[in-house]
Amino acid sequence: MSEVPVSDMAMHGAHPPGFKHQFEDMDQQREAGSLGMWVFLVTEIMFFGGLFATYIIYRTLYLTAFEEGSRLLNVKFGAANTAVLIGSSLTMALAIHAAQAGKKKSEQVMYLVLTMLLGALFLFLKFNYEWRADYHEHLIPGFGFIIRPEWGAAGTHVPLFFCFYFFMTGLHATHMIIGFGILGTLTVMAHRGRFNSEYYAPLEVSGLYWHFVDIVWIFLFPLLYLIGGRFALPGVH
Amino acid sequence: MSTTVIPEMPGQEIPAESRVNYLNASYGVKSWLLTTDHKRIALLYLGSITFMFFVGGTFAVLMRLHLIDPQGALVAPETYNKLFTMHGVIMVFFFLVPSIPATLGNFLVPMMIGARDLAFPRLNLLSWYIYIIGAAFTLYAVISGGVDTGWTFYTPYSSTFSHTSVIPTAVGVFITGFSSILTGLNFVVTIHKMRAPGLTWFRLPLFIWAMYATSIIFILGTPVIAITLFLLGLERLLHIGIFDPAIGGDPILFQHMFWFYSHPAVYIMILPGMGVMSELITCFSRKRIFGYTFVAFSSLAIAIISFLVWGHHMFVTGQSIYAGLIFSVLSFLVAIPSAVKVFNWTATLYKGSISYDAPMLYALGFIGLFTMGGLTGLFLASLATDVHLNGTYFIVAHFHYIMVGGAVMAYLGGIHFWWPKITGRMYPDGWARFAALVIFVGFNLTFFPQFVLGYLGMPRRYAVYPGEFQVLNVMSSAGASILGIGYLIPLIYLLWSIRYGPIAGPNPWGAKGLEWETPSPPPTENFEEIPVVTEDAYDYANVGGSRV
Amino acid sequence: MSGHVVPVKTYLGIFVALLALTALTTGAAFVDFEKLDTGIRLVDAIPLNTVVALAIAVAKMLLVILFFMHVKYSSGLTKVVVMSGFLFLAILVSLTLADELTRSWSPEPGAWNTVVPTILPLLRGFF
Repeated sequence: MSEVPVSDMAMHGAHPPGFKHQFEDMDQQREAGSLGMWVFLVTEIMFFGGLFATYIIYRTLYLTAFEEGSRLLNVKFGAANTAVLIGSSLTMALAIHAAQAGKKKSEQVMYLVLTMLLGALFLFLKFNYEWRADYHEHLIPGFGFIIRPEWGAAGTHVPLFFCFYFFMTGLHATHMIIGFGILGTLTVMAHRGRFNSEYYAPLEVSGLYWHFVDIVWIFLFPLLYLIGGRFALPGVH
Repeated sequence: MSTTVIPEMPGQEIPAESRVNYLNASYGVKSWLLTTDHKRIALLYLGSITFMFFVGGTFAVLMRLHLIDPQGALVAPETYNKLFTMHGVIMVFFFLVPSIPATLGNFLVPMMIGARDLAFPRLNLLSWYIYIIGAAFTLYAVISGGVDTGWTFYTPYSSTFSHTSVIPTAVGVFITGFSSILTGLNFVVTIHKMRAPGLTWFRLPLFIWAMYATSIIFILGTPVIAITLFLLGLERLLHIGIFDPAIGGDPILFQHMFWFYSHPAVYIMILPGMGVMSELITCFSRKRIFGYTFVAFSSLAIAIISFLVWGHHMFVTGQSIYAGLIFSVLSFLVAIPSAVKVFNWTATLYKGSISYDAPMLYALGFIGLFTMGGLTGLFLASLATDVHLNGTYFIVAHFHYIMVGGAVMAYLGGIHFWWPKITGRMYPDGWARFAALVIFVGFNLTFFPQFVLGYLGMPRRYAVYPGEFQVLNVMSSAGASILGIGYLIPLIYLLWSIRYGPIAGPNPWGAKGLEWETPSPPPTENFEEIPVVTEDAYDYANVGGSRV
Repeated sequence: MSGHVVPVKTYLGIFVALLALTALTTGAAFVDFEKLDTGIRLVDAIPLNTVVALAIAVAKMLLVILFFMHVKYSSGLTKVVVMSGFLFLAILVSLTLADELTRSWSPEPGAWNTVVPTILPLLRGFF
């Protein structure tokens, strides 16, 4: 099996920048990168999923308490944030499209920056409006949570709902912040003209991650905000 | 970075010292700590895992010394609780789970498929650092007073009542979990995308199938225990009632989430050993594996069905009987693919040309001991008998037969088998066979009495026991001391052989497989030119055996 | 992963669909489906509102996965990988629920004795 070694130099010219030498060619590298990100996203499905599973179990056991808690969440901001994240997924897809279609780097950068802005808007709305209000209304477990008499017997389990609310949205927000880091790096790379119709794998792979974070929110929104028996509110049919 | 490699002409032996290989390609601590070569990373893991094995083993020695006396010979009961907890945590999470995948897997997967490295070499190095950080947290927990919850961290004791270092331990295990995830991710992508030309799935060595199946479990199971330990930490800090029944939590829910990973985890611990077994049995019988397709698919079947049986750990903790029924049936199902493998290995041995080198001694020991461990699992899968056997030493013996009699022996067999490839040296054969026998005898003397003890009703995790069990306990402790010595012997001669052992050629065993077609030790890039594969796995000359 | 280029129009269409579904699910939260006489009876344990909300969420997720994440244009391997993630999550949730929901069903001691005699005469009828 031993052969005369081929000079490294002769091979280098055949491969574009960004090529990793454990691979045979760029196609293999790109496919491996995508498959790798998908496998990682499966681990994220199980990670968030474990949390969702626990939430589902306790919601089944303490329905009244969880509905009380859910009603105290701000649906307007939740829905607005959902729209914001969906928008950021659109801009991310358009950023990849810009590279794929060989558009100018300024267009790629624009879409990446827009994605980051929309993500920042999401976090701003969440932290500044929702979470700050929750803090002032004593709804954060471990930070001066006050059990309200109008919750009745279910009151002892309302803190559990908010524990899940903050843990789930907090874990989601952490993933978004990590996504910022990734997007920032991509923006710098795009600005340096690294991406074109031949080489856009980092954008593709990071896009998968960002869309996944969007999908987690697509489930968090109804599970936390919307299935709390809101029709029990007076004045709503 | 490129080094000139002297080509090996047929018939011309280049002295090993003057040939460049992955070990001498660069020197210095930085070249090892910043390496991306899968072979060097495998050795980094080998050193760390061996260290953790002896730490966990020390706790085991202390436990067995303590149990010589029915009233406890060595430590206070609270300390005994810490001993068995830390023995379990370290052995499970820091030795057994990473052992074969991170050492032999990392070293061999690219070589066996004809690749230059794994798909993501830097992630591979990151996975080792993550392992080290996780181990550091857990070792900190050990020296800061220990943990006494059992490696299973059952609530509400772990979440509410224990005053020991639960959170550092949980953090350590949480962090190390990501090491497993990255390793599994790397293997899956590498095996899918980087096989050499001509190397179809059904020509792969069965070790690769085993690594693939193990990686599936890494990917799907580990995140769940991560989130479970996270919730446990939250509960311990905030006392919300996630798992504490006094404030509305469900401790059984913790057990569901915990065992959803931890049961597949035990298959993480045995599947790679089964992969090693297929390599050893074929080589030392000089025969093709009997029923290649069955063995390959049984690995996948084990990986998938392993996710459906976790409730058999909870038959007596308060789970509903109906769920227990479902889990019991599924647990009987999962035994089938394991049995398929044992039948196939045995059929491979039949009419083979068997040689009793040290790796084969370990392999033969595995077949017998794993079968015993597996069969005793059936008593535990059956609801009625489990009621009596759960919480006794029967369980302890059952899982040690599989984990130690199975997994550790396969690990040692694999280390011995591939040692010449990894180091370019042979170990002293006489000492190796002697150690294998010492380990076999020591192991059985340690753990067979424990089956009897469990059957007679001695509970596990107890620091004291009724006087009538003393004889069996002393036998077990005597066996443990023999076993301990048995493990020290390879440590000594393997290290010795690195410097003083005879130089090994590319294929001292005459084995089939792409890894044996490289020099020993291999060059950094494994293959100067990627090989093209045209033959099936284990294409040994048929010695009157089956061609399935 | 293919180098398939999805047209911008498709992306915009999916975006609009996702916004519409978001509005739909938000509005649906304020409607009491149990009180509407839809005639749809599902498992009593699961309120209709929950089913509606989750169905819409699944639809949104599928749009993102198939089009934004290009799975519609991806290899079979990618599709299997994605499905396996959800499959095993479903296993975790369903088998855990199988325990949680049936714990109160545990029979009193002696109940098995009453079950078996009633089955045996039926079985004898076959032989």
